[in-house]
Amino acid sequence: MERTIFTKFLFRNPSILIFLGVLSVVCIAVTILGEGFGIGIISTSFIKTLGKTLCLCMIAIAMDLVWGFCGILSLGHFAFFGLGGYMIGMWLMFARTKMIVMQASVNAALPLTPAEISDAVGIQIFGVVGGSDIPVIWSFADMFWAQIALVVLVPGLVAFVFGWLAFRSRVNGVYLSILTQAMTLALSLYLFQNDSGLRGNNGLSGLQNIPGLDDVPQSLLSISFFLASAFALAVVYIIATAVTKSKLGNIIEGIRDNEARVRFLGYNVESYKLFIFVMTAIIAAVAGALYYPQAGIINPAELAPIASIYLAVWVAIGGRGRVYGAVIGAAFVSLLSSYFTGGQAPDIPLGFGTIRWTEWWLVLLGFSFVLVTLYAPKGIGGLVDRLPRLGGR
Amino acid sequence: MIRFFVRLFLLSLSIAIALPAMAQSDFEEVLSRNSKLIQKSSSKTVGPVLEELQNFGSNAAENFLYNWKDKALYFIKDTGQFVYVASFPVSADGKKSAVLRHVETGEALGEVLASTIKQVKPNSGVRAKIAAAMVPFQLASDDAELRAASLAALSRDFQSSHLLPLKKAIEVETLPDLKEQMKRAYIFGVIGYGRDNAEIETAIYSLEGDLSLDVRAALNPLLVSQVLVAKQLPEDVNLARIIIPEKTIKHDDGSAGRQSLMMSSEYELSLAASYDLMAAAGLAPPFITPDMRNKILIAATVDGRIAGIPVASLASEESRNQAYQALVDNGTAPPMVGEAERQKAVASAVFYAVYDNPSAEVTGAARTVLKSINVRVGIYKFLDLVLDGLSLASIYFLAAIGLAITFGVMRVINMAHGEFIMMGAYTGYVIQLFIPNYTLSIIVALPAAFIITFLAGVVMERLVIRHLYKRPLETLLATFGISIALQQIAKNIFGTQARPLTSPAWLDGAFVVNDILSISNIRIAIFCLGLLFLGLLVFVMKRTRFGLDTRAVTQNPAMAASMGINPDRINMLTFGFGSGIAGIAGVAIGLFSKVTSELGSDYIVQSFMTVVVGGVGNIWGTLAGAAMIGSLQKGIEWFNPSNTLAAQTYMIIFIILFIQFRPRGIIALKGRAAEE
Repeated sequence: MERTIFTKFLFRNPSILIFLGVLSVVCIAVTILGEGFGIGIISTSFIKTLGKTLCLCMIAIAMDLVWGFCGILSLGHFAFFGLGGYMIGMWLMFARTKMIVMQASVNAALPLTPAEISDAVGIQIFGVVGGSDIPVIWSFADMFWAQIALVVLVPGLVAFVFGWLAFRSRVNGVYLSILTQAMTLALSLYLFQNDSGLRGNNGLSGLQNIPGLDDVPQSLLSISFFLASAFALAVVYIIATAVTKSKLGNIIEGIRDNEARVRFLGYNVESYKLFIFVMTAIIAAVAGALYYPQAGIINPAELAPIASIYLAVWVAIGGRGRVYGAVIGAAFVSLLSSYFTGGQAPDIPLGFGTIRWTEWWLVLLGFSFVLVTLYAPKGIGGLVDRLPRLGGR
Repeated sequence: MIRFFVRLFLLSLSIAIALPAMAQSDFEEVLSRNSKLIQKSSSKTVGPVLEELQNFGSNAAENFLYNWKDKALYFIKDTGQFVYVASFPVSADGKKSAVLRHVETGEALGEVLASTIKQVKPNSGVRAKIAAAMVPFQLASDDAELRAASLAALSRDFQSSHLLPLKKAIEVETLPDLKEQMKRAYIFGVIGYGRDNAEIETAIYSLEGDLSLDVRAALNPLLVSQVLVAKQLPEDVNLARIIIPEKTIKHDDGSAGRQSLMMSSEYELSLAASYDLMAAAGLAPPFITPDMRNKILIAATVDGRIAGIPVASLASEESRNQAYQALVDNGTAPPMVGEAERQKAVASAVFYAVYDNPSAEVTGAARTVLKSINVRVGIYKFLDLVLDGLSLASIYFLAAIGLAITFGVMRVINMAHGEFIMMGAYTGYVIQLFIPNYTLSIIVALPAAFIITFLAGVVMERLVIRHLYKRPLETLLATFGISIALQQIAKNIFGTQARPLTSPAWLDGAFVVNDILSISNIRIAIFCLGLLFLGLLVFVMKRTRFGLDTRAVTQNPAMAASMGINPDRINMLTFGFGSGIAGIAGVAIGLFSKVTSELGSDYIVQSFMTVVVGGVGNIWGTLAGAAMIGSLQKGIEWFNPSNTLAAQTYMIIFIILFIQFRPRGIIALKGRAAEE
C-alpha cells in the first residue's frame, strides 16, 4: 500500500525521476573521474566546489519553498545556513582541538585532569580573541549527536521565534523582507564581536579536518562529502516536491496569491507561514552543516545580508515556483560565478582596454539579473514550459 | 727670542687668570665646588648643582645657566675655571685663540690658545633640567613673551622649587590673562608639591566646579591608595575604605561602594586575592595553588611514582590532592590550606586601603571637590551623549531622506539607493580633482551631485522601475542587481582604496564648550543640512504643484490621470528628485567618512529601517525614525562604550520588536492612504 502511494507519487511527478536520474549520473561521473576512488581527472578542490554547489542547491530549494511557493521574500535564510555551519563547526573544532591537546599531553609530567584539558582547549580555540574560558554555548561541543541536534534546533528556534513575532503582527510584503534583512544584519554584527563566544571575525576554521579521521586523505573526504551532499539534496528535493504537491502546498500557494482570501476561507494563515518558514530554515541549516566542512572556514561575513540577496537572485534566475528551477539557478549561477571570479575565464581585449572578468563579472551578473526580472520573470525554468509536455497530469 | 716672548705671554696669562682666583667670590666658590659635576653632567646628577645656582638668584647665575644650556660655557683645562668666550680670533700664523670673559663680572680675561680651553656640552636631558631651573629667572623677566613661555615650560615639568618664584611673579604680574594662568599653575603646584596642608586644602577648594581634564588629573593622584591587611584596623592612618572581599567595589575617589545594577563593576578583592594579601603580609601560611601543587608533585616524581602512587593515575584533582597529602605526610611538602580554612582566615582579618597622602583634610577636600566635579561631568556627559545621538540621527536622516520619497511616497524598494549616495560622494571627489579650492568645490559639488543622481534616477525609473510597479518584490531584486553592478563599476573606475573628500578648513574645527562637551563643525553642518532638507521636502510636497501631483499620483494614478496629470512623468520626476537628494546626502556623508564603493551599502539597511520605523509615507515619520534609531544606538553604546557592534545588534533587535507592536511605524498613516 505504502509502496503504491509512493510509486504513484513518483509517477505523477516525473521531475523527481528526471532529477534523481541526472543527479545519480553526475554522482557516478564525478566519483569515477575524481581523485578519491576514481582515476583522478577532477581535482579535489573542484570536487569540493561541486559539493558546495549541491549544498547551495539545497538552500535554494528552501528559498524557493518560502519565496516561490509561499510568497515570503526572506532575506534571512543565509543566516540559518550560517548558523547550521557554526553549529557543526563548533563540534569539528572542539573535538579536533581536544584530540591535539590529548596527543600533546602524552609526554607531560602529569596526566591532564578534565579541567586542565578544557583550559588547554579553551586557550587553543579562544586565544585568538583574547579569552581562554569556554563559553556556555559550547557546552555540547564535545558531544557529536548533541551538536548535530543543535544544527536543527538552534536555527529552527530562531526562525520560530522570529517568524512567530513577524507573522503574528502581520508584517508582510517588503516590510517582512526588510525585517528579515535586519535580523540577518543583527546576527552577523553580533557574531563579529570578539565576546560573542564564536571567535568574532576570525570565525571557526580548520573545519575540513574531521576529528578522528586525520589519516584519511582529503580526496576521500571530499568525495564522501560530495556524495553525502547529493544524497541530502535528493531527500530535500523529494520532500519539497511532496510538500508542494500536497494540500499544504495548495494552501501556501493560495497564501502567496491572495493571503486575505485564504484567511477568510478559514485557514490559519500564520501557522502555515510559520511552518514553511521554520521548515525551510531547518533545510538551510542542514545545507550549511554540509557546506562548511567542505569550505573549511566560516566567519560572520558569510552571514552578511548580501548573501541572502544573492540567494534570492539564484532562485529568480533559475525560476521561482518550481523546485527544479531553484536547483538549476543555484548550480548555474554559482558555478558560473566561480568560473569567472576564479580567473579561469579568458580576458577580452578591446581596442581601448581589456575586460577582465574578475572585475566585470559582477557588473554582468547585476545587469543580467535586471534583464531576467524584466523580461523573463519565470527564469531559466520557464524554458521548460516551452518543451512538449512529458507524461500527463 | 721668540721663546722668550712666548714665555712672557704665558706668564702674563697665568697672572691674569690667577688674580681673580685669589679673591674668590661666593659665586665662584659655588662653581669651583661643583666644577666636576658641571663639566661632565648627567641629568641624574645635575639636580643639586642647579638648585644651588637657582638659590643663588643673581644675574650672574641666570647668565651662567643660559650660557651653559646654549653650550657657550667653557673651562680652562688646567685649572678647571669656567669662562665665557667673547670671540675666537685666528692669528696670522693660523693658530686659533680665544678671548675670555669672566663668568660673574664679564670682565676681559685676556687671550689664550683655543686648545687650552674646553667646551661644556650638556646633553639634551641636562639641558631640559637647566631650562626648568631657569624658570624662576624668566618668570621675573621684563619680556611678557618670555614669561608666558617660561610658565608653559613650568607647567610641563613642575618642581617644588618653582612655588616661591611663581608666587612672587603673580604678585608683580601686570597682564591679567597671564596672571590668571599663573594663579592656576600655582594652584596645581601647591596641590602637587605644597607642604602646608591648609594651603593645599584651600587650593583644592578653589578648583570646585572646574571641568577641565587637568583639574581631575591634578586631584586624582591625591587619592591614590594602597590595599593593606591587618588583624585589627589601625587607628592612626588616613583610611580610604574598608574592603569586604567579594562584596565591595572601589570607586574612583578611593572610597568603597556596593555593586549596583546600572554599572557593571567587579568587586575589588576576590577571596583568593585577599588570602594572598594575608600570606604576603605574613598573617597566614601561603596557599598552595593547583599550579604550585603540580610543580611540587612533578619535582617529587621518582621512576613514574610519587610517594609510591603511580603518576598515570593522577588524572583528577582528587587523586592529585591525595598524592600531595602523601608528600605532606612524608614531610617533604608544606601542608595545604583547605578552602574552609582559607575562608575562615579571610573572615578573621580586616582589609582596608590607606591613602598615600597622610592628611585626612587634603584627601577629604579632594574627594568633596572631585565629587561635585563628577556630578557636573555627568551632566555634561549626558548632554554630550544627547548631541552625539542627535548628530547620528541627522546622518541617518540624511541617508534616509531620499528613500523617504522613493520608498515612502512611491513605495519603490530601491536597493540601489545606497549607490546613489555613493555616486554623490564620488561626484564630490571628482570635482575636487578639478577645483582645488575646497569651499568652492563643495559649493559646486552639491548641485552637481544632485543633477547626476537625478539623471541616474530618471534613467533607472524609465528603463527598469516603470515596468515593475505592479511587482514590488521584484523591484527589490532588480534594483539589487543594479546596486551590485553600480558598486562593481565604481570599484573598477576608482579602485578599492578609499578616496578622500576633503572638507573646507572652516568645517574642520569643533565647537568646544568645555573639555567634555564639544561637537565638530561638520556634524553641525550635517544637522543643518538635514533641517534644510526637511524644510525643502515639506515645502515641495505640501506647497508646490509638483508635490500635489506626486501625492495625487501615488494615491490613485488612474484618477490623477483623468484629472490631466501625466502619471508617468510625475513618477519619473519624483524618483529622480528622491535620487538627487540621495546624491547631495552622499556629498555630506563623504565629508566625514571615507569614500569607497561600499559607502552606500553601509547605510542601506539602516536607511530602510529608519523609514519603516518612522512610518512609511510620511516625512515627519522618517525624522522620528532617524531620531529614535540614532539616540537609541548612542544610548545603548553608553552602557557599553567599548562595543559599538553590540549596540548596533541590540538596536536592530529592538527595532524588530518595535515593529511587532507598531507594524506601521511611529507615525502611521490612517484612512485611505494606509490601504495597501
